[in-house]
Amino acid sequence: MNPKTFNRRDSLKSLAALGAAGTLGAFSELAFAQKPITVGVIYVGPRDDYGYNQAQAEAAAALKKMTGVKVVEEENVPETAAVQKSMTGMIAQDGATLLFPTSFGYFDPHVLAVAAKFPNVRFAHCGGLWTEGKHPKNAASYFGYIDECQYLNGVIAGHMSKSGKIGFVAAKPIPQVLRNINAFTMGARSVKPGITTNVIFTGDWSMPVKEAEATNSLADQGVDVFTMHVDGPKVIVETAAKRGKMVCGYHASQAKLAPQAYLTGAEWNWLTAYNTFIDAARNGKPHPNFVRGGLKEGFVKMSAYGPAVTDTAKKSADGVKAQMIAGKFDIFKGPLKDNKGAVVIPAGKSYPQTDIELEKMNYLVEGVVGSA
Amino acid sequence: MRDSIKESLLPIAAIAAALLLFGIVVWFAGVNPAQVWLLLFKGAFGDWYSWQNTLQRAAPLMLTALCVALPARAGLVIIGGEGALVLGGLACAALAQELPLPQNIVGTWAVCLAGAAAGALWIMLAGWLRQFRGINETISSLLLAYVAIGLFKHLVEGPLRDPSSLNKPSTFALGQGLQIAGIGGSDVHWGFVLGVIACGVSALWLRWTPSGFSVRVVGGNLRTAQLMGLPASRLVLLACGMGGASAGLAGAVEVAAVHTSANASLIAGYGYSGILVSFIARHHPLAVIPVAIVFGGFGAAGSLLQRRLGLPDASVLLLQGIAFVMILASESLRDFEWKALWVRIAPRAGVAASAGALERNASKEVSA
Repeated sequence: MNPKTFNRRDSLKSLAALGAAGTLGAFSELAFAQKPITVGVIYVGPRDDYGYNQAQAEAAAALKKMTGVKVVEEENVPETAAVQKSMTGMIAQDGATLLFPTSFGYFDPHVLAVAAKFPNVRFAHCGGLWTEGKHPKNAASYFGYIDECQYLNGVIAGHMSKSGKIGFVAAKPIPQVLRNINAFTMGARSVKPGITTNVIFTGDWSMPVKEAEATNSLADQGVDVFTMHVDGPKVIVETAAKRGKMVCGYHASQAKLAPQAYLTGAEWNWLTAYNTFIDAARNGKPHPNFVRGGLKEGFVKMSAYGPAVTDTAKKSADGVKAQMIAGKFDIFKGPLKDNKGAVVIPAGKSYPQTDIELEKMNYLVEGVVGSA
Repeated sequence: MRDSIKESLLPIAAIAAALLLFGIVVWFAGVNPAQVWLLLFKGAFGDWYSWQNTLQRAAPLMLTALCVALPARAGLVIIGGEGALVLGGLACAALAQELPLPQNIVGTWAVCLAGAAAGALWIMLAGWLRQFRGINETISSLLLAYVAIGLFKHLVEGPLRDPSSLNKPSTFALGQGLQIAGIGGSDVHWGFVLGVIACGVSALWLRWTPSGFSVRVVGGNLRTAQLMGLPASRLVLLACGMGGASAGLAGAVEVAAVHTSANASLIAGYGYSGILVSFIARHHPLAVIPVAIVFGGFGAAGSLLQRRLGLPDASVLLLQGIAFVMILASESLRDFEWKALWVRIAPRAGVAASAGALERNASKEVSA
């Protein structure tokens, strides 16, 4: 791709837009309000990892199709001084005014350091760490309540599992991951109360060998439906399918990797978040600092059901999904016990998704085999 | 003198050949090679911004390369610098967390020395296992790196964890006074200067001091060293300790200048990149400096290449790979007798032009 022809094409587009605006008169104000913008997107891994980075890259690919938006991308950028250089490079060398540094570990200290140096550039970081009063106004967080989708994964898994044992391959026992494990388990147990989730923590976000070992070991223990929370679920999906087991995906759709074994999946829909930031930047509105949502707001979505999913399972999951979208369904409500028997949420108490108490989760619920 | 010209010309020619080959590869991928070369240069050395980018990336590599180079001069192949680096970073953060240090340059030196000490002990352990337990140091240092990373994660996610670091387990951040700032307002931090000094001091040590010379004797021929009565084991441990201290210092500087706390982001593979840097520099501490800068340049240029041409990150890895193969291949030319070639060619060139023409015609007929 030659940047010169790229620019020419872009300017042709904006010329056309200008012409159209001129003839339509009334719309001209609108057309001029949409300033052209250069957006930088940075990934910690490869863009085509069937996981965390691909979910972000899919949104970036959609941005590229928008008129007046130029996207510069960089993949495999570690959470070191390198990402500070990528950010400042996008600003100084490419003229980017809105950056999406997408890895969780980029925020502190890297995004904070660069945001302080460039007050006129907007930063939107994925992960939900921005805090009012503590962090600069030109930085922001976006995140989604993907545990809703993991709950629905669980509902499907509950219907489809024959052994009553389902498996979860996880990276680290941190609140975000624990919340997904718990939601998945509670979804399954809402269908069949006796189901247990076996959890294996691999210790880091991208450990393909350990992930394959964990999947095999869980399959040996009789687990027949898998899901996961690691950066690239590819290995787990393929290994589980090879063992003749079923899979619920995570981050992006892995249906292509195992069309028969893939039941459904919890996917991000980052374009919703990206659009929020771009609209604000192009219209000169203040930077939205704290952006998040679930199924209702379109921040997360479910993969299309695979061929193996039964109609009863679909109906049951769709029912819960409709309730979630209507805002009538709280996943974490009392009485709830952890897997050591202690009450973590008393009867009558219910946490809506937005409650920050849920972001400190440090327990595994009843039915999970494993320890945090 | 001629030798040193040859020494530096060979790798330069190798890198030029690698760039040429890389140009051909991207040309086949439908990208204009001239544009790629221009961007590579622009990204790495084009302006002050690019220079800062390159030098900042080079800083940790110099120190981790020394962790390979110094033991190598004593005859050891140590490839576990990553372990020394993460423990160095951990020691730096732990000291700052456990002791009330003065929030100034004294405190900064203290945390840096703690890092160096941790790294030194770790690599000396590999050296000790070799000298006194007969365990191959290449394998043990690599495996010890995994142990170090395990230890690091256990402590950072357990006893040393800042409880407010919910989703990214970290130690407490270093106080503002302990952190290392950029040099004169630039992005290049003092770690770069420390790296250059460490390389220079190491070179001086090896060249001009009795202990440095003894280390080289041990590395060159152990039997001779023992015959001369040199304390081989102690010298091996010394070289390991100095190498490990460099890598540990790199970890401490990464924490004090970049991350501000010890967390998993520190495990970024600098220790492993250092192995390549050291081998290409032929384990010569002074040569480590330019090689590390070239490496930093690759990183900086790769960043721009991705953004401007949409090339995947793998393309820069490809360039690095080609460069290594070319540099290794050029080693075979090191002992090549250019003079002999000249002697063979020169007389023919000296013969009357007509004879040359005749010969060429003749050879043409033969080939035809």
